[in-house]
Amino acid sequence: MTSIGTGYDLANSIFSPDGRNFQVEYAVKAVENGSTSIGIRCKDGIVLAAEKVITSKLLKQGANKRIATVDRHLGIVYSGMIPDGRHFVDRARDEARGWRDNWKTPITTKDLASRMGGYMQAYTLYQSVRPFGITAIIGGYDSELETPVDGEVGSGPSVGAGGKVAGKKHGGPFLYMVEPSGLYWGYYGAATGKGRQAAKAELEKLDLSSDGESSLTLEQAVKEAARIIYVAHDDNKDKEFELEMTWISGADGPTKGRHMEVPEALRKEAEKYAERMTAKDVEEEEETKDSGDKMEE
Amino acid sequence: MDHRPQAWGRPRDDVYGAYDHSYFQNTGPRQATQAPIVTGTSVIAIKYKDGVVMAADNLASYGSLARFPDVKRLRVFLDSSVIGFSGDVSDMQFLDRHLTELSIDEAYEDPSSDNKGHLNAANLHKYLQKFLYKRRNDFDPLWNQLLIAGFDGDAKPYLASVDLRGTSFTSPSLATGFGSALAQPIMRRYAATEEDAAKLTREQAVEVVKECMKVLYYRDARSLDRYSIAVVTKEGVELKEDEQLEKQSWAFAERIKGYGTQTV
Repeated sequence: MTSIGTGYDLANSIFSPDGRNFQVEYAVKAVENGSTSIGIRCKDGIVLAAEKVITSKLLKQGANKRIATVDRHLGIVYSGMIPDGRHFVDRARDEARGWRDNWKTPITTKDLASRMGGYMQAYTLYQSVRPFGITAIIGGYDSELETPVDGEVGSGPSVGAGGKVAGKKHGGPFLYMVEPSGLYWGYYGAATGKGRQAAKAELEKLDLSSDGESSLTLEQAVKEAARIIYVAHDDNKDKEFELEMTWISGADGPTKGRHMEVPEALRKEAEKYAERMTAKDVEEEEETKDSGDKMEE
Repeated sequence: MDHRPQAWGRPRDDVYGAYDHSYFQNTGPRQATQAPIVTGTSVIAIKYKDGVVMAADNLASYGSLARFPDVKRLRVFLDSSVIGFSGDVSDMQFLDRHLTELSIDEAYEDPSSDNKGHLNAANLHKYLQKFLYKRRNDFDPLWNQLLIAGFDGDAKPYLASVDLRGTSFTSPSLATGFGSALAQPIMRRYAATEEDAAKLTREQAVEVVKECMKVLYYRDARSLDRYSIAVVTKEGVELKEDEQLEKQSWAFAERIKGYGTQTV
């Protein structure tokens, strides 16, 4: 960044002459140093995973969760400055609750992403604030069923379709990523934090966008998520870490449309798979290295 | 002509005279519910050895009019407790939304897949008792009587009631409204004490509850023959919301004398 020291990075809400907001770019730097988190959208659900670097042996195992529930069907994981993320989650919960107060129905993932994108963007506009030092991944499963509005007691007399289109598909799994600039896009697979490059490369190898036979199921996605976190952690090997994973399935899936922690048994299994796969990768690498040495001789 | 923004959209003073703000005040007497309007009748529940069975019919009455015949008055809380509402239906809807918020708060704290650490039925009952008692003290009661069924902290079946004054009871069997006169004596025949209730099987408890629903339909003019029944066990809640009263016999009606146009 050649423009550093020109004074345009001293305040939010001031553009540099070449059209950049340096405060936002510095916030992105804060995210790039944070521990890795990823999200996968597969055909029957969402998996969120976080690499939790253990900063002290005095911290209780499994405590200090990094993935938060926002509404029953929504979860958020974030990389970067944890306190910023905590505030972001608080706000998301307020938004989800406010939506329910107004509309008596759960907020859709898309609407929450829009609200939170707007909220992040507002923090790039004013002198008095700094941008969020996080990139957040928002995952949700909007119910595919006919859901009653909150507090509804009955359906009343049946009077035809009531404007509903027969056979139309509703709801489904959705994944969004919100960046410090307020930019948010929908993704099949999202990764952020220190290991995002490796994680993105792995995510791109998965078949997430088709509905066909070869596309990933939720259980496979859990295993792949674990493996990707392990792969992304590779560069950071000297530090111990914990894997945190949550998932959301449809109403007929294992979580019944709710955002829940992946059960311990399945998480352990996924971690074993991840360890096996990463160990194999290392072996292969060493093999090629060995044969390379021989060639030189 | 008055061009101030305050006058925008108002009738012109020079044509209609000064605006009468007395129509716009909101400083009148504070109003609270004086009586329930749309109501649900009895809820009944009985404990058995592994859980609790609860039932209520699917009717919401508007006075004596059977206004809404498909109203679900049993609500599941966190897959582990059931709340049965009798009394005002709009107040029930308010409570239902409040409980939805409460269950989402619970999900914030504990996103794990088991229900450990969640509010159990005993916690929920205490919460609702305080909530209704507070509203009574505000002279704005929620016009309901509730039954709460589930498990307590020691994983024992739990059943309790709370009414619009915040009065709370717990008992092996409970009934609200007309049911406290008509169904309660029948249920006490099977579960007079906790020990008796602990001997009942699930089938027996369901049978007793169905029998009571039938008696209530015979004698309660604000009732319906379609009902909901919930069985709370350690595994969760099984809720059936569109049951039909079976094997009705109105033979006893022949023997009732002294009403209406009968001359004999």
